[in-house]
Amino acid sequence: MDERILKEGPRGLDRREFLTGTALLGALAGAGAGLSLASPAFAQSATPTTGGTLRLGMSGGATTDTLDPRTFTDWVPVNIAYQIMNGLVEIDADNKATPELLESWEPKPGAKDWVFNVRKGVEFHNGKSLDADDIIYSINLHRGDTKSAAKAVLEDIVDIKKLDTHQIQITLTDGNADLPYILSDYHLFAVPNGFTDWANPIGTGGYKLEKFEPGVRSITKKTGSYWKPNAGYVDSIEVIVINDITARINALLSNQVDIINRLDGRTVDLLKRNKKFQVIRSQAGQHGVLLMNCESDPYKNNDIRLALKYAIDREKIIKTVLNGYGTIGNDQPIPRTNPYYNADLPQHGYDPDKAKFHLKKAGQENLKVTLQVSEAAFTGATDTAVLFQAAAKDAGINLDVKREPSDGYWDNVWMKAPFCASYWGGRPTADQMLSIAYKSDAKWNDTNWHRPAFDKLLIEARAELDQAKRKELYGECQKMIWEDGGALIPMFIDYIEAGTTKVQGWKPHPMFDFMGQRIGEKVWMPS
Amino acid sequence: MIRLVAERTALGLLTLLAISALLFFGTNLLPGDVASALLGQSATPEALHAIRISLGLDQPAWYRYLVWLGHVFEGDFGTSLASGRPIVAEVMPRLGNTLFLAGVAAIVSVPLAVGLGLLSAIREGGLFDRLVSILSLMTISVPEFFVGYVVIIVFSVQLGWLPSLATIDSGMSLIDRLEVVALPAFTLVLVVLAHMLRMTRASILSVMSAPYVEMAFLKGLSRSTVVMRHALPNAAAPIIAVVALNLGYLVVGVVVVEVVFVYPGVGQLMVDAVSKRDLPLVQACGLVFAATYVGLNTLADVVAILVNPRLKRPR
Repeated sequence: MDERILKEGPRGLDRREFLTGTALLGALAGAGAGLSLASPAFAQSATPTTGGTLRLGMSGGATTDTLDPRTFTDWVPVNIAYQIMNGLVEIDADNKATPELLESWEPKPGAKDWVFNVRKGVEFHNGKSLDADDIIYSINLHRGDTKSAAKAVLEDIVDIKKLDTHQIQITLTDGNADLPYILSDYHLFAVPNGFTDWANPIGTGGYKLEKFEPGVRSITKKTGSYWKPNAGYVDSIEVIVINDITARINALLSNQVDIINRLDGRTVDLLKRNKKFQVIRSQAGQHGVLLMNCESDPYKNNDIRLALKYAIDREKIIKTVLNGYGTIGNDQPIPRTNPYYNADLPQHGYDPDKAKFHLKKAGQENLKVTLQVSEAAFTGATDTAVLFQAAAKDAGINLDVKREPSDGYWDNVWMKAPFCASYWGGRPTADQMLSIAYKSDAKWNDTNWHRPAFDKLLIEARAELDQAKRKELYGECQKMIWEDGGALIPMFIDYIEAGTTKVQGWKPHPMFDFMGQRIGEKVWMPS
Repeated sequence: MIRLVAERTALGLLTLLAISALLFFGTNLLPGDVASALLGQSATPEALHAIRISLGLDQPAWYRYLVWLGHVFEGDFGTSLASGRPIVAEVMPRLGNTLFLAGVAAIVSVPLAVGLGLLSAIREGGLFDRLVSILSLMTISVPEFFVGYVVIIVFSVQLGWLPSLATIDSGMSLIDRLEVVALPAFTLVLVVLAHMLRMTRASILSVMSAPYVEMAFLKGLSRSTVVMRHALPNAAAPIIAVVALNLGYLVVGVVVVEVVFVYPGVGQLMVDAVSKRDLPLVQACGLVFAATYVGLNTLADVVAILVNPRLKRPR
């Protein structure tokens, strides 16, 4: 199940850093960002109560985990870190950047210089009160000469200046209207200036670390004086690492944990039948993708790319592989829940005749291609490829499916094979998603797609503060990828998590599962 | 006889040495060296060079092997590349957990298997023998993760008697620990029981037609006395060997059970280390596993010599 953790390779940065997260932005989130499948009989009680122990059964931890935010590669350490420490900016349930330790912000015209106010009256667990120096130190942990996985995210920051004890100014290379979103990255945690003892992190969070056994479990206890209102209800939180999905479900069924993450579509329906449990489904920007290298044969030819896009039966794949827990993709990476989503693009659907037409145009009527896949790319990638193979036959395409081992997939196949499966967890903003995988000079330009016109448009949109204009520019970006890109995106994949109905205040989140990993301080459990 | 035992022990140590070399050079064959794994994509040639020198990677492999071996003899396995903690501190608690689980499973399974094996040999062809035969064949043919899941569904989900998660903790009392490991230990017992049981039965039956056994019967001894007094000592060597093999398996081969029951043992540690290319940790785990196997097998040889009068004097 959890081959995804194996993605670490010589790149050092786990690809997951750049993929996880989802890409919903703003107002539309309420309409479709998430729907709770909880039975109405177990409506959430309105008034939170305090007390109790929340037990989380989580996939995404390893014995090699540490609590140094620079090393976070998977969800368990991130979740524990959010119990102890606070981030700078929080993404709320509507996918808006809302204040956390940074209380307010203001861009200067052009969005190149930004002024941030640091929250006053917040104390670290050791009694030190939070000021601008702490924030600057905490951001700088991920800048310059660092092994931090967030380094690439913060690369555009040229300078951070202290203006006042509780005010800083950040200067960027180019204008970027999304800076607060960038500062919501889950590697950015606030620690006291000069802090280095990562075995015992000191933060401003609602809980203190009691016990941490990497890859096994952690226990945190309430500090009792949390600055955040309406948060930190339970007395203690226990995270138990359960990487095996069957073991995770068993632990929930036998009442050893209260909630579990990362269910797959095939097992959810079994749980839903049991009235003692609720299932939370978050529709998000996580998507599966089949990558065609636009600079290698035969994918150089856009007619070949289009033929393959018309030769795949997306509906069937969502129904079979995801058991319906997903949305159809249209060969561009911005999900329909994003405010900048371009709804005017016609949906690429299964159409063998159109595929044949494009093959003929390319002079390749008996096309034979090899698709390299692994479950490391995304759960169900192999099944997706096999279904694709069957559908493509009707278009006269001979698709050969080559299974690759999960271990080493990201080093040996991804960005090397001309046609292979992969996934992106999406990004908090349209800009990040497009910059990281589609800009010509992007490090993770995994379709080898180079379009100077696209780059120009993207940079223009980034600094644009007028929303309508911005939407137009991003719409055009999506159109370019849609008609000419090398990414075949059949579906967006939902996050699914489950727990007992005792847990209250639990909602879908547009960023990551477990309410953006801040579930510990948000839920309560009436006894 | 002491010479024989000394020979076996020396042979065991030699095997271990050969394994350590295989482990060291084998893990060094993995693609990408440690320095590039540490620094990642953005590694500059200067940084790579600096790290190689600080890790001693510029030295020839045989020299690094000798240095590593020297440290190992002093009980120093170095530090983990991924977490930066000393490897001994990482491995020891995990090894303790694994040994505890293996110990519980062994205390139950070995007497049970040998006892049931003897009983079926005594009652060869009877109802008891056939029943044991069928049941042991069944447990031996089912993969262990399946046994684990069935055990969880019955005892933890349906009946709610025992926990399905075996999260063990240094602060727990023995009773709590036993409760927590009850299901994984039970699963392991089911998995190793059949093998030892059938081997015991077969070895006993193989000597039952020997002249000295017939002689014993002619003396008018009962079947159970003949089996216990005359057949067992001569059939002991293969039984001890198979017991040792299964004990080794209880320590080394339980990764699947550890995953199913989320037990923090040394197997899980090694799997994580391999996936993160944490080579010093992989080598340490490998060496611990090898030492367990070699040690148990040597011990089995020695015990087999001690219990069998004929083996005491090499022909």
